[in-house]
Amino acid sequence: MSPRTTTPQEVFLRGVWRENPVLIQLLGLCPALAVTNTVANSLAMGLATFFVLLGSSILVSLFKDLIPKEVRISAYILIIATFVTIADLVLNAVVPEIHKALGAFIALIVVNCMILGRQEAFASKQPLGRAVLDAMGTGVGFIIALLLMGTLREVLGYGSFLGIALFGPGFEPWIIMILPAGGFFALGFILLGFGWWTERKAQQPKGRRWMNEVTDAAAPPSGEAS
Amino acid sequence: MSDRMLPMANTDVSGSDAEPVATGGPDGTSAIRLVGTLAVAGALAGLAIVLVFQWTNPQIEAYRAEVLANAVTEVLAGADRYETVFVEEGTLTAAPAADTADLDRVYVGFGAGDLPVGVAIQGGEPGFQDVISLIFGFDPASGTLTGMKVLEHKETPGLGDKIERDSAFIRAFEGARSPLLGVKQARASGAAQEVVMITGATISSRAIVDIINHRLAELEGPVREYWSSLDRQSPGGSR
Repeated sequence: MSPRTTTPQEVFLRGVWRENPVLIQLLGLCPALAVTNTVANSLAMGLATFFVLLGSSILVSLFKDLIPKEVRISAYILIIATFVTIADLVLNAVVPEIHKALGAFIALIVVNCMILGRQEAFASKQPLGRAVLDAMGTGVGFIIALLLMGTLREVLGYGSFLGIALFGPGFEPWIIMILPAGGFFALGFILLGFGWWTERKAQQPKGRRWMNEVTDAAAPPSGEAS
Repeated sequence: MSDRMLPMANTDVSGSDAEPVATGGPDGTSAIRLVGTLAVAGALAGLAIVLVFQWTNPQIEAYRAEVLANAVTEVLAGADRYETVFVEEGTLTAAPAADTADLDRVYVGFGAGDLPVGVAIQGGEPGFQDVISLIFGFDPASGTLTGMKVLEHKETPGLGDKIERDSAFIRAFEGARSPLLGVKQARASGAAQEVVMITGATISSRAIVDIINHRLAELEGPVREYWSSLDRQSPGGSR
């Protein structure tokens, strides 16, 4: 959290990937397990959470000097709950089918610890611009994680992607993947794969790291377009 | 309450005073400021929610009405429009004396020539996991069902949710004679009362048959009574 070393780009990318809320920090697992049985549900939950996180971070960062330290958590929850209620109403009006599928889990965005965590740890201490970048990064990271889960579970559990059938009629759906237990399986396998990949990447020479550090002119430009 | 909380907050601040705390006067933040901040924030939040509610509510209501209209016309073959009829003290009436919000209700569908084609009835009872709510069409003239549609359920995905997706099961209700009889595939004899239950979703299927039977046991008499009064009106109505 030393502001000297983090560039705006890093503030954004940190949430997307290196400190991905679900895959690395293991925050916000309740929606990640509960409503990711289809890609459409995952996307709707991801976007709703993104909206709530971004709106809350903006307000918390704007009003950080006005909110007394003693009541900050209540104030954050109030702000978050307001955005969640707005998201709930708007989803119900605009995409009622998806609202029905998400059910109580929209209201439960209020207690998504990822959102409160970003307010307490970042937005309440940082200027507006950085708070927005951080919220967007974390929100995008959350959407990516949910889409990974949703894709894996819908493809295996329904044999479809966004409702479009992928396999022929001979495909026997792996029903457990769309049941709650399948959420744990999917998350477990994704975390396993993610951890394996991160570890493997860490063992490679630093010049081959894919992110940032384009500036080091050590010039082993080994493509890395994979 | 806030007076008691305040010293605690102060000791908390002074306990960690190795770093300079921004709010840290010796007497901390006043209780009025704390209450005031939350009150203002709460008022603004309430205002924002009310505004959004005002904006979205018409759409939400319109969607609900549309879902109901679609469901009624789907379970009543040939219905173009429907009228809501309330159940008051065991009889059906279009204009009840009591407040309509608490009353049970059925929907009478009208088709070509503005003739009544059937009655749509909603019902709900526990299924395998939670309450299954459905709507079905009933033709009092023939005593048969005209269709069934599940409105809401939380049955097991992939198994119990076939009550909503299995078209053979759903079609079985069209023309089925009341009271229904849920049978297993192997024991089906083809009688008009029988509905073949879905393999792997027996409890959910049986719940649907039960819901329809219970609702008809309760409402078939009043519905027939109301229907015969309608029949007398309709020749005059369809000039």
